[in-house]
Amino acid sequence: MSDDRILRIPVMARVEGKGALEMTVSRGRVGEVRLRIFEPPRLFEKILEGREFREVPDIVARICGICPAAYQLTAVSAIEAGFGLQPGEEISRFRKILACGEWISSHSLHVHLLAAPDFLGYEDVMEWARHDPESVRRGFELHAVGNALLSLMGGRPVHPVGACVGGFFRFPHEEEREAVASRVRAALPLATDLVHWAASLPYPESERAFVSVSLRAPDSYPMNGGRIVSSRGLSIDPSDFEAHVEEFQVSHSTAFHSLLDGEPYLVGPLARLNLNADRLPPEILSLIADSGIRLPSTNMNHSLLARAIEIRFALGEALAHLEKPSTGSPSSLPVPIRESTGIAATEAPRGILWHRYDLSENGLVRKARIIPPTSQNQTIMEADLRESLETGGLERPDEALRKEAERIVRNYDPCISCATHFLDLTVHRRDR
Amino acid sequence: MIKPTPSRQQSLPPPRKPRIAVLKLASCDGCQLAFLGLGNRLLELAAMVEFVHFAEMGPLGSLTDLDITFIEGSLSTQEDLETVRSVRKESRYLVTIGACATSGGIQALRNLTSGDPLASVYPSPDFIDFLAHSTPVSSEVPVDLELWGCPVTGDQVLGALRTILLGAPPPVEHDKVCLECKRRGISCVTVTKGVPCLGPVTLTGCGALCPSFGRGCYGCFGPSENPETASLARTFSGLGLTPDEVARRFLFINSNAGPFREEGERWQEG
Repeated sequence: MSDDRILRIPVMARVEGKGALEMTVSRGRVGEVRLRIFEPPRLFEKILEGREFREVPDIVARICGICPAAYQLTAVSAIEAGFGLQPGEEISRFRKILACGEWISSHSLHVHLLAAPDFLGYEDVMEWARHDPESVRRGFELHAVGNALLSLMGGRPVHPVGACVGGFFRFPHEEEREAVASRVRAALPLATDLVHWAASLPYPESERAFVSVSLRAPDSYPMNGGRIVSSRGLSIDPSDFEAHVEEFQVSHSTAFHSLLDGEPYLVGPLARLNLNADRLPPEILSLIADSGIRLPSTNMNHSLLARAIEIRFALGEALAHLEKPSTGSPSSLPVPIRESTGIAATEAPRGILWHRYDLSENGLVRKARIIPPTSQNQTIMEADLRESLETGGLERPDEALRKEAERIVRNYDPCISCATHFLDLTVHRRDR
Repeated sequence: MIKPTPSRQQSLPPPRKPRIAVLKLASCDGCQLAFLGLGNRLLELAAMVEFVHFAEMGPLGSLTDLDITFIEGSLSTQEDLETVRSVRKESRYLVTIGACATSGGIQALRNLTSGDPLASVYPSPDFIDFLAHSTPVSSEVPVDLELWGCPVTGDQVLGALRTILLGAPPPVEHDKVCLECKRRGISCVTVTKGVPCLGPVTLTGCGALCPSFGRGCYGCFGPSENPETASLARTFSGLGLTPDEVARRFLFINSNAGPFREEGERWQEG
C-alpha cells in the first residue's frame, strides 16, 4: 500500500470563480492544507489610481458580478466619509433597499444553485429541479425579486447604475416603488417557507469554536454601516480596522489571507446572525425559534439556514423602506471635494467589505485599499477543512473526502472573483 | 397540421442535444449570471441543450466536441491562451460574452500603465502566472460572435443561442445608445444638462439605461459602427472637461476597443 495518497479537484464546481485544494495527510492527521485561489489578478487597486472619485463606484462594481452593489455602497460611503458628507435619512433608506436587493439575490443564488444540492445529494440544481421543481422555482422567484429591487434602484441587477457619491442619480418614482413593493409582499410567504425548508435539511453536526466578526449598528441589523465587533469582545470603528487585521500573501493563492488580532475569523451571514440576533424584528426571531437553530451557532453548516433567514429579513426590511412615504428631499447632495482619506465598511452578502481611498485635493485617487469578505474567510476555511475532515475520519475513500471538502468550502460561499481563481484538491497521504 | 406517423417517429435516431459549454477566464462572473439568472427559462433551456461544462452551475465535463462555447473573461494568463486555443478546435461556434472577453474588459486599463502593475498590489509577484496585458479572446483565436456589454443580458445570450441553433445569422446590434434615447423619449443629458455622454459612439443593448437615470453613458456595450469619437471628444472639451478628463471617458470599461483606445490615448498625450 502506498504511503501517499493524492486527491485532486482540478475545477471546483458550484463556486463563484476558480479554486483548487491541496492537502497532505500523514499518520491519520491532515498536515498542510492549501486552498488555492488562482483567479488571475485584475489589479483593481492599481486601476483606481489617478481616477476621479466619481468614477470609483462603477469601477469597483466590476470586481464582482454577484455583489456589485455592495462594492458601490462601500465606495460611496468611504469617499463621503473622507469628504465629511452625511447622506441623510432618505438616501440611507434607499441605499438599504439596494443592499437588501443584493442580499436576497446573492443568497438565493448561493442557497439554490451552489449549496443546497450538497445537502440533498444532487449533482446540481438541474437534477434537483427534476425531483422537486417547486422548491427550485421558489428559489428562482426569490432571486428574481432581489433582482427587481436592484433594478428599481439601479436599472439592472448586475452593475447597476443608480448610486453615486452624494446619493443616487435619481430616486424611483412612486409607481415603480409600488410595483416592486407588491412583488416583495407576494414573496414574503415564499421566504418564510424557505426558512422552514432550510431548517428541515439534514445538517451534519459540528461544534467548532470560531470567532465571528461583523458590523453592529445601534438600532438595526447591520447592513451599510456600524462598528466592527467580534465574539471575542472587540468593538472598533472601521477606521481602526487596519491596525487589527493582518493581510498576508501565501504562495498558493492570488487572494490574500487575513487574521484579526492574530486569529482566524469568520465573516458573513452566520457571523452576522451570531452577533446581531437581538437586532432582528420579532417575526424573524420567532421564525428562528421555530427553526430549531440556537444562536450563537458553532455549526458552520448552518450558514445555509442563516442565508435563508436573512432573505426573509431583507424582504421585510426592503418592504418597510419602500412603504415609507417620500419626504421629497433631493436624491443627491452637493459634494464638497477635498484632500482626504475616507474609510468605510459595509456588510456585503458574504460579510465585511472594507474600503479606503486616499484622494487628492482634486478628488483623484492616490491610493486605494480593498479588503473583501472572501480573503478574510480563507484562513478559517483552511482550518475548518483540517478539523472537519479529521473528525469525520481520513480512512474514507478519496471521493467521499473530495465531496465533503467541497461541501465545507461552499458553506463559506467563497466569491473567488472578489478574492481575486480556484481550488485543485490534492491530498498527499503518508503511511496510511 | 401534418403529424408524422408513429412508425416514422420511432425509426428516427434520437436527436443529439446541442452540446454547450460556458467558460470563465479573468472576469467578475457577472455575465454568467445572464444564464444563471434566467430563472424558469434556465430549466427549459437545460431540457433543450446539454450543458457539458459550466462550472458555476455544476457540470464539469471535458471540453470536447462542443456545438457552442460561451466564454466570459479576458485573456490574462498563459493558461488562458492554451485554454482558448484548445477550446476553439473543439467548438463549432465560439461566442464571447461581455466586455472582458470581447475587448479585454476594465482590467485592460493595466495595458496602459507603465512598469510592473503586479508589484504594486502583491508583495511577492513571482507566485503568479500573469500576462502584462489583458486582451480579448479574438486576439488569440477566431471568434464567431461577440456579445458586447458589461454585463450582457439574458436576452442577448438566449438570442444568440436560438439563432445559432436555428442556423440563422445571429442578430448584430448596430444602433447607438443615442438613437435608443430618441426612441424612448429620454431627453438628451448633454443638451439639457451639459453632461458628457458616450451615447453617440456606443452600441445600444442596455436600453439607454444611464441617460434614463439622468447620467451620461459610460460605454458598457463598446464602440458603435463608424463612431465619431473625435468630434464627441471636442464636444466634451467644449463642456469644460480637461484633456485628462476627456481621455478617461474613453479609457474605461472598454479601454482596449480600438476607437475608444485611440481617442483616449490622443487626449492623454495631448
